[in-house]
Amino acid sequence: MLVLDLALKSLRNRAFSTSLTVGSIALSVALLIGVENVRVGMRESFSNTISQTDLIVGTKGGTIQLLLYSVFGMGAPTENVSWEAYQQWAEHPAVAWTIPYSLGDSHRGFRVIGTNADFYRHYRYRGGQEVALAEGQASEGLYDVTLGADVAEELNYALGDEIAVTHGIGEVGFLVHDHMPFTVVGVLARTFTPVDRALYVTLEGMEAIHLEEGAPPASDDGHAHDDEAEAAPADDGHAHDDDAEAEAAPADDDHAHDDEAEAADDDGHAHDEEAEAAAADHDHAHGDEAVAASADDGHAHDDEAEVAADDHGHAHGAADLSIEDVEVTQITSFFVGTTDRRDVIQLQREINDYEDEPMMAVIPGVALNEMWRSLGYAETGLRLVTVFVVLVGLLGMLVSLYTSLKERRREMAILRAVGAGPSRIVALLVLESVCLAAAGALAGLALVYVLLSAGQSLVEAQVGLFIPIRPPGSVELLFMGAVVTAGFLMGFVPALKAYRTALHDGLTVRV
Amino acid sequence: MSLAIDIRHLRFRYGGGPWVLDIPELTLERGARAFLFGPSGSGKTTLLGVLAGVLEANEGEVTVLGENLTSLSGAQRDAFRAEHIGYVFQMFNLIPYLSVLDNIALPVRMHAGRRARLDGAGVKESATVLAGHLHIDDLLSKPVTELSVGQQQRVAACRALIGAPELIVADEPTSSLDFDRREDFLELLFQECERAGATLVFVSHDRALEGMFSRTISLPDVNKAVL
Repeated sequence: MLVLDLALKSLRNRAFSTSLTVGSIALSVALLIGVENVRVGMRESFSNTISQTDLIVGTKGGTIQLLLYSVFGMGAPTENVSWEAYQQWAEHPAVAWTIPYSLGDSHRGFRVIGTNADFYRHYRYRGGQEVALAEGQASEGLYDVTLGADVAEELNYALGDEIAVTHGIGEVGFLVHDHMPFTVVGVLARTFTPVDRALYVTLEGMEAIHLEEGAPPASDDGHAHDDEAEAAPADDGHAHDDDAEAEAAPADDDHAHDDEAEAADDDGHAHDEEAEAAAADHDHAHGDEAVAASADDGHAHDDEAEVAADDHGHAHGAADLSIEDVEVTQITSFFVGTTDRRDVIQLQREINDYEDEPMMAVIPGVALNEMWRSLGYAETGLRLVTVFVVLVGLLGMLVSLYTSLKERRREMAILRAVGAGPSRIVALLVLESVCLAAAGALAGLALVYVLLSAGQSLVEAQVGLFIPIRPPGSVELLFMGAVVTAGFLMGFVPALKAYRTALHDGLTVRV
Repeated sequence: MSLAIDIRHLRFRYGGGPWVLDIPELTLERGARAFLFGPSGSGKTTLLGVLAGVLEANEGEVTVLGENLTSLSGAQRDAFRAEHIGYVFQMFNLIPYLSVLDNIALPVRMHAGRRARLDGAGVKESATVLAGHLHIDDLLSKPVTELSVGQQQRVAACRALIGAPELIVADEPTSSLDFDRREDFLELLFQECERAGATLVFVSHDRALEGMFSRTISLPDVNKAVL
């Protein structure tokens, strides 16, 4: 085709301005497609943070909040889920598997998560990939900790290292217990999800941390007995005090009687000590009571927990607890996989309607979408900017073509003289514009692939963002089609100018 | 049908400007070698534009090679020009990004009717034969930017002549050549027009060449728009 041949040769003749124009369009198209790729990569890595989990269950609250603290390791729940409730749902016929999660502690800014073997067995991310161990093994013992890849790398920990865990979530927790170090037994392979930025201990290990701080009082069972064993022979007088308190509590009847009997000889002594001892021993008494008490007691104890903490902590720190000694009483949230996906909605409704505790179940995909949409403004803004960049690139082409027209009037007159109608002049210029836009779009696409293949691993290593390299999809083709179409339409501006000039000039060039 | 050009009551002006052409009658028989002269501004180039069908007459009739141009549409006139008319400019005749051969082949590639007039010969063959006649066959593969002005005018002549159009219009093609080369160029042009049986309309303000032509038309005499 003559006009195409002319257009290409004409562009080649102006190689410098052509390559500049193509280059600027290519850069803008590369930016457009690149941003789209990054956006898709971000969205995918975002929605692939967790996969194959049908429901995430926690206490009632915001959907996004539940997602944030259970999947992204941000924020904290307002309430916990009791172990009993968890057990009940785990045994629900529609449930195939569960992963219990217990949060609330940190180690040098990284989350500490209490979970069990179900985590290593069932947790999936990015299209069903399993959490794998890079070295060592999963936490099994009470003081075992398995590290996420980022944690191991950033804190430079190796297997066998002993680390302390802080209660609380911030960079510096308010209590640091060097008395109870955890031992690194494993390091997880990198997942590029928030899994990398957490430490994994057993549920019991997490309870043990709480015990250390005396926070969940209901678990004081075993310790209370230990205390009694140590304290009993020397402390007759205290027993009497206990008694005074205990009389009010009907549950403690038998115990109180025993104490009374032993204490009979030592009245005077007991009275001397009463003033001093009252505060400290009060707590002990309550601790004992808790053995028989119901869950309600937990709240009553919280008031005194801080006072008690020191006493208890020291008492137990020395004692080597084993995993059997610790009873898990509560978790933060749990993940659910169903036996049949069609049951998910029904199960979600049942959990949301659970009456014993305020609970909420969310479908991760739905919640992730909701969350992504709430971040959508930034996305739209970014895309808008890149569209404008492409428009600027195309405008550059327009300017370049338009200014070239002046020096090409002679050429147009020659073409007219050999029989080219004005429509051919228009076609020539529009075609040149389309060729520039198409070349720019193709070069831009190629540039994206060059940059992606060169920088993919770097981006993955530096930012943890995996941008997949795929053959151009419908989005890329749509963008390129749009750029070529825009080039086509813009081509009419210089083309119509040339048309009018050609009609006016005829066979001479009037300046 | 014996007339190559038959103009009746032609009036032309650019836009709403003054009349540039006002020619009650002008005819030229086929096969003539006409010398059209006039001072600058006498409407020479405008007349050629009208004859070539690039410009449209405001009034009157312009019949070229038996075809009434005033009854044709713009596109039809373009096609008519492509097929039947060869045009040579004063200078800058060539498209800079095309080779000599491509420049010569342009009219043939532009219009199938012109290509049909090659009588089955290939574009390159025909161009080579013509270039041989004009002594530029050694330049065919060169970029046009390397040619001298004289060489460029011969290439332009080749382009006008390829496909043997019936009417050759040359707008001061020799004005940029020195005198000896003018005569050489004209001799070659006459030769080729004769070979093809074409009518030649040659425009110049230089009356020194007048003697070489069979017919002289003084534009100021026929164009009443010029005072």
